[in-house]
Amino acid sequence: MDWSFVSAHVSDFIGGAWVTLRFGLYGVLCSLVLGLLCCLARYFRVPVLKSIAHGYIELARNTPLLVQLFFLYAGLPRVGIRLSAEACAVIGLTFLGGAYMAEGFRSGLESVDKSQREAGECLGLTRWQNIRYVLLPQALATAAPALFANVIFLIKETSMFSVLAMMDLMNVADTLRTSGGRTIEVLFMLVVAYLALLLPVSLIATFTERRLRYAGFGNQRSV
Amino acid sequence: MNPILSVKNIQKSFDGTGVLKGVSLDIHEGEVVVVIGPSGCGKSTLLRCINGLERIDGGEIWLRDQRISDQEKNMHLVRQKIGMVFQSYDLFPHMKVMDNLLLGPTKALKRPADEAKAEAMEMLKRVGLAEKADALPRTLSGGQKQRVALVRAMLMHPELLLLDEITAALDPEMVSEVLNVVIDLAEQGMTMAIVTHEMRFAEAVADRVLFMEQGVIVEEGAPAEFFREPRTERARQFLQSFTYASTRKNAR
Amino acid sequence: MQGLGISVLFKGINFQRLLLGLWVTLRIALITIGISLVLGLIFGLLMMSRSKIARAVCRVWLEIVRFMPQLVLLYIVYFGFARLFGVNLDGETSAVIVFSFWGTAEMGDLFRGALTSIPKHQRESAAALGLTKAQINRYILLPQTARRLLPQAINLSTRIIKTTALVKMINVTEVLKVGQQIIGQFYREPSAAFWVYATVFLLYFLICWPISLLAGRLERYWN
Repeated sequence: MDWSFVSAHVSDFIGGAWVTLRFGLYGVLCSLVLGLLCCLARYFRVPVLKSIAHGYIELARNTPLLVQLFFLYAGLPRVGIRLSAEACAVIGLTFLGGAYMAEGFRSGLESVDKSQREAGECLGLTRWQNIRYVLLPQALATAAPALFANVIFLIKETSMFSVLAMMDLMNVADTLRTSGGRTIEVLFMLVVAYLALLLPVSLIATFTERRLRYAGFGNQRSV
Repeated sequence: MNPILSVKNIQKSFDGTGVLKGVSLDIHEGEVVVVIGPSGCGKSTLLRCINGLERIDGGEIWLRDQRISDQEKNMHLVRQKIGMVFQSYDLFPHMKVMDNLLLGPTKALKRPADEAKAEAMEMLKRVGLAEKADALPRTLSGGQKQRVALVRAMLMHPELLLLDEITAALDPEMVSEVLNVVIDLAEQGMTMAIVTHEMRFAEAVADRVLFMEQGVIVEEGAPAEFFREPRTERARQFLQSFTYASTRKNAR
Repeated sequence: MQGLGISVLFKGINFQRLLLGLWVTLRIALITIGISLVLGLIFGLLMMSRSKIARAVCRVWLEIVRFMPQLVLLYIVYFGFARLFGVNLDGETSAVIVFSFWGTAEMGDLFRGALTSIPKHQRESAAALGLTKAQINRYILLPQTARRLLPQAINLSTRIIKTTALVKMINVTEVLKVGQQIIGQFYREPSAAFWVYATVFLLYFLICWPISLLAGRLERYWN
């Protein structure tokens, strides 16, 4: 194990990790928003929107991110839509992630008793007030584990960004591997880098889930 | 004097089965109307239709001089004037009692928080739960939760209060603490429509009793007359079913 | 313009080439699914065994799979093993190894989850009726475990199929690579890329969607 090689290229890997993390997080955040909107469209059975949401979710969940990225990055420009590598990364990740988040939110919302929704309505809250103060907090408590699992999944999926022209972790690793030939060291640093990204997320997830469980609500009947 | 609530010949079916088959009813200010009847007669559905939780298939519902039965988009405004408490109390489990109480007034009515809070504390005191203001719903007993639910509805200053079998899910020893709150509200002049199984309570609180069966109002009258001498045979049979009369034959 | 582009697909045996490419990934996926099902069941049982060592091994295995993107694991096996052990594995073999490693762990976890989700009192009431342990297993536990497990196992299969697209990155000639070859040959058709990638997208969808519908139907039927 050539440690001098390792120390020489730590900064490259940090740069790559930062790219991966940044665009991964953009994708995650957009996925959460998109997922929530799709889920609400289906939960409240909004005409037209709920069918579009349903179709989108089925399409996104049944195709690999790699193919989606190829389509966005190499296919679309040929019909005039030219997106930057970064835009493709975020759009692709959001397209995939939104569907998974929608399913996560759905399980959460469905676990909240219908009577809670009615109680909120009977107080005269508007639909959005009801969602924000009554339904979402309870839905999140149940959905949190699934949503965090999705976050971890999406950050792992960012390894596909290597087909785009951006210096994410995989591309950094590829470049170093093919030029320097120190495969083992490169792979070692790659593993460490992903651990460094994902371990904190996992810890935050466990911590948050524990706090939410302690708060005690969720899908307990008879309150 | 115009009635506060006017239900005109409403119909409602679920999956092709008729649940309300032409029900009409007027409730005047300060009146307490109690609806009783066997299960499945449509009494809960009646309340849920008034509040728009179920859409009616025919007929009209008027709140003072506004038709509310076709209000889809602005139903939340209508519901600010009609309060409802359910059998399952449905306090919001993720909020303390005080937050449960303040949600409606501050978000829907946009009242200033400290003013609403002061009134909420007043009412909590009145129902005997002042010390529970910062508690979470799961630490309260059924009767306590139901009293909080009543206060929550009352804080919206509704014109009409709908109570749907609010003591049905309670242990027997908690029933009277809740019913006493309702009687207190009646004495304060609150207009109410109450669905209940508690016959003695119905007799005590009602200005008018409605007996429903299979989706229609079969008999209507003042409580004193209704409970002593019901006019219809079906009402008589229903009231009789409330006295458990048989005894075991070979008791030792 | 676009009419010309789409005709690329129908020229010669282009479409067949795409399908053959797809078959390469499907082959890998099917082998992986088979291995994962068998080994996964064993893995699941080991996770619940009394031996602390067995449980620990399973735990570590699961965590590796949880924290490492499959692409990284693929690189480790494809590039790393060559360096470390001097074995030159081809892309397909590496893929089967890596994906089976992942699939086994996931399958085992699903199995364990399904088994432990059966309420304890079912076992107890069966025992109270006087059934032997074997009978309880056969009539109560196994059918119910299968019911909970099967839809999720089918969903895992769909995920495996989607993940096999990754073999593109280790130079296996699968559908995306074939697509690139076709586009390269027909460089005079500017919009060919759009149609080729759209077709690949659709092909994956047409394979995965019916399978996930089946899983959904099974789930509803049994619940």
